[in-house]
This record gives sequence, structure tokens and C-alpha cells, in this order.
Amino acid sequence: MNTLALRRVSRTLLYVVLILLAALYLVPVYVVVVTSLKSNASVSLAQMWNFPNVFSFSSIASAWAQLGPNFINSFELAIPATLISSLIGALNGYALSKWRFKGSSVVYFFILFGMFIPYQSVLIPLLKVLDVIGLYNTIAGLILVHVVYGIPIATLIFRNYYTSIPLEMIEAGKIDGTGYWGIFRYIILPLSVSGFVVAGIWQFTQIWNNFLFAVSLTNPPDQPVTVALVNIAGSQTVQWNVQMASALLVSVPTLLVYILLGKFFVRGLLAGSVKG
Amino acid sequence: MKTATELNAKSIPKMPASKRKKFSWDMFSSVATLIPSLILLGVFVYGFIGWTTYVSFSQWNSLIPNFNSAGFLNYSIIFSSYRFQSDLRNIVVFTAFFIIACLIVGLFLALLIDQKIKAEGFFRSIFLFPMAISFVVTGVVWSWILNPSTGVNLILKAFGWKSLPSWFLSTTIWPNWPFGQIQIGIPVALLAVLIAAVWQMSGFAMAVYLAGLRGISDEIKEAARIDGSGVFRMFFSIILPQLRGTTTTIIIILTAASLKIFGLIYAMTGPGQQFLTDMPSLNMFQTTFQGDQFAQGAAIAIVLLLMIAIFIVPYLIVTLRQGDDA
Repeated sequence: MNTLALRRVSRTLLYVVLILLAALYLVPVYVVVVTSLKSNASVSLAQMWNFPNVFSFSSIASAWAQLGPNFINSFELAIPATLISSLIGALNGYALSKWRFKGSSVVYFFILFGMFIPYQSVLIPLLKVLDVIGLYNTIAGLILVHVVYGIPIATLIFRNYYTSIPLEMIEAGKIDGTGYWGIFRYIILPLSVSGFVVAGIWQFTQIWNNFLFAVSLTNPPDQPVTVALVNIAGSQTVQWNVQMASALLVSVPTLLVYILLGKFFVRGLLAGSVKG
Repeated sequence: MKTATELNAKSIPKMPASKRKKFSWDMFSSVATLIPSLILLGVFVYGFIGWTTYVSFSQWNSLIPNFNSAGFLNYSIIFSSYRFQSDLRNIVVFTAFFIIACLIVGLFLALLIDQKIKAEGFFRSIFLFPMAISFVVTGVVWSWILNPSTGVNLILKAFGWKSLPSWFLSTTIWPNWPFGQIQIGIPVALLAVLIAAVWQMSGFAMAVYLAGLRGISDEIKEAARIDGSGVFRMFFSIILPQLRGTTTTIIIILTAASLKIFGLIYAMTGPGQQFLTDMPSLNMFQTTFQGDQFAQGAAIAIVLLLMIAIFIVPYLIVTLRQGDDA
């Protein structure tokens, strides 16, 4: 009887702690949403935590007026770069998991290392090369950069994913006389849908959220949203409600993806910790 | 995952040795598939790192490139500068606290979630959602929440708190020992950045720990329970040792992320007063692209790269070797 009561108390305590922690993690969301819904007139430092008296969409409209063009830049960047790097990742992952040759783990190391470097260590040459080939300050240039530096993580995600496809399926293909590309096309690719979802979500999120390449390689008006947000936040004349509304807008696409496909996001996240 | 690698390992000895050495178009295709990526990464990663290293030994400290050798001059300039010495202090303090906080918070959350709770997915999603947001968003939002004249301080004031913290505007270093040009200690201003960074990244530690906890067999947990071991005893003598590999993984990945931290600092505090929240990544960016000191910026970048490589290279080698043996 005692143990049962104790168990009930500890279960209740468990949920209380979980709910409190969840509320704590959501504090920034509350602040951003509440502030975004205030008008210029009703935003004040003293009433930061208060609920808006009147819901006003003027801050969001004003943020959109400033960020809108950058939103298009970010989509024009993130979508092609995600697709291309995922496709390259799939091809590499297939080669590295199903057709291992002597030295393939050295090749794998060579590829993976690029994922961890601080990009400051390639930034000066990168800028000069993009300038020479005419891609500095263009979305096309940023696409190229994100595709190249996205190869390691995309390869990693697909290699791990394909490792879980039984080798018998490849053997069966070989017996049928299907070659390397045939097996990829008719056996592997049809099984790759969730691999592409995992890699795609991860890449889209990373590219959308990236700031270093964006701020180093583009100038207005060709900048992605993250840079535009920092410019808005850094300006002394922009009110807090507009800053928070901008922060909200910038986060909407990746948060939507996270809410709708969170399970796949977590798989990409765990893949990033390089488990053999 | 494991079964496939086992199959892989078993199928190799089955083949006669002569057959393995024979040229195969399939193996050729496998190598050929990888060649474009290897060329791209060879240029964009390894070639560019080499180029940056070359620049770091040059005299290119104005807008006009000058590749005459400067020897180690740029390195000696940055290491004796007030700003870079501050960066090194900040990055060490920041990384240490960041890792410890993420490990503790992440493990605590994972243990709570692993208790076969209701709405598990809901709670997990909440602790993990900051990972889907840009560091610059986090920086902008938290710079308001921790703004000394509003935000959290309003709440502390309501509770009758007398000396309100000045968060990222604090100029205190504790314990403040003079060393070189700087004061060694913990810059209190970094605490504000730490709160934001832990809010964003602790979910990663939670997710990896949760995967680790799920990997511990129920029999082990059950055996400990029947044994009459208390909850704490069981945690420290059974659960924690089982999570050693998981902890190492989290430490390595978060260390790499922490040493590179850029967007959060840029958006939240900038270098700060007396460079109290400055980091090598931000110093490199400003030295190179705003100060046009390309060679010095390159030197900072190379030092940063080496700091990360010390952690990452052994980790990658060990992990990949384990993967091969499995």
C-alpha cells in the first residue's frame, strides 16, 4: 500500500517537473509571440511580459515589409542546395556502404572531416575564388558553397541509412545481372525515400539557418533572411516588437518543417554524431 | 545497422582471393562516384585550408595582397594581442561551462522522459525545438529577455531582488587574476550567452542520451531494481557507466560546435565591452573583413582549426575504426 502511494506521489512529481521545464523552454516563444502582436505604441520595456491589450498585426506586417525579399533569397538558396547536396550524398553513401573498396574508410574520413572545420579557415580563399568565377554576392555562389560543405553530412546520413539495407538485396541484383547503376536505380533508390527526407530536412534547416557564409559572401539586397534579421536587430531605430516579429518570421519555415516532420529531424540530428 | 555490417564482413572471405583482385566495373563505378566529391572537398576544404595557412604566414595585412613571407609574425602578433588573449580565455570558459551544463541538463531531461511517461513525444519536441532555430534568432531573442532594463530583471525586481544582474553588459571577471595582458577568470557577461546557448543545444544532448538510455537492456535495469539497489546507487553504478560512450560523443560534438560559435555571439552581444564576450570566430571575421588584416585573420582561423582538430581527428579515427570492426 505504501509503495503504491509513494509511486503515485513520485509520478505526480515527475509530471510537475516536466511541465515546469517545458514551460521554461517555451519562455522565449511566449516573449516573441506576445511582443510580435503588440503595436509600436503599446510596446514598452516595463510591460514586456504582459499580454497585448489589443492584438495588432502591424509589427508582423512591418517586419514582412523589410524581410520579404530576403525570404525569397533564402528559399532560392535553400531548396536547390538541399536537393543537390542530398542527391550527391545518396550517391556517395551508396558507394561507401555497398561497394566498399580498399581504402574506402580513408576516403570516408577525408569526406567527414570537412563537416567539423570552422569555416573561417576556408573563408578567405572562398571569397577570392567566388569573386574570380563571378559568383561572389550571388545566390548561385551560396548554393555552390552549401552544396560543397553539405557533402560530408549528406554522405554520412545516407551511408548510415544504406548500411541498414541488407546486402542480400544487392547480391540478388548481381545474380540477376544488374550492375552498379542498375542496382542503385532499381533497388536502392526506391528504398531511399525516408533517407532523402532525413537528409533534406537536415540540410534545409542548416542552410536556412546559416549565418557565417551568408554574411561573408553576400551584400544587400542579395542576403538571406538571417543576415537581414541581424541588420534589423542591430539598427537602433527599429522597435523591439518589429525585431521579435522578424525573429518569428525567420523561424517559421524551419519550425513548420520541425513540427510536421520532427521524427526525421531527430534522425538527422543523431546521424550528425557520427556513429559507425 | 550492425547486422548489415556483419553480413558485409562475412561475405568478403567467402569470395576467392583471385576474384577479389580482378578488375570490376562495379568497383570502378564506386570509386568513380566518389571522385567528383573528393575533388570538390579536396579543393574547398583541404586546398583552401592550405591556402589560408599560406596567407597566415604572409604579409597580407592590407587590401592589396602581399604574399611575401612574414614567418610566424602574424601568430606572434595575435597571441600577444589583448583581444586574442581575451578570446582564448572566453572560449575555454564558455566551452567548459557549456559542455557541463548541456550534459547535466540533457541527461536530466532524458532520464525524465525515459520513465515511460505519457505524451513523451510532446515533451521531447519541446526540449528539442530550439535546435531547429537559427543561432542568430536565439541571439536576438535572448538579448531582449536578458536585457538588463527589462525581461528577466523585471521578474527578479518583482521578487524584491536588490542588485539586479547586468547580464551581458557586466564587466566583472571573477576571480580576476592578471595574466599576460588580460585578467584570467570567468567573465560574468558570458553567463547570459551561456543561458541562450544551453537553451538551444541541450536538446541535442537529451536526444543522444535518450538514444543511449534506450540502448541499455531492460534486464540490466531490472536486475538492479530486484537487487534492491536504490535509485541513486543504480544510476551511478549501472546507468552512468553504460552511457560513457554516449557522453564522449556528446562532449566531442558539442566541443566542436562551441569552439566555432559565431552567429549567437554576433547577434546577441558582439565582442562586448573589453572583449568580454568576444570569440576567435568573431575576431577572425572582423579582423579579416572589417580590418582588412587578412594574414592575421588567417592566423586566427588556423589556430581555431587546430583547436577543433585536436578533438575531432582522434574521435573520427576511433569511431570509423569501430565501425569497420563491427
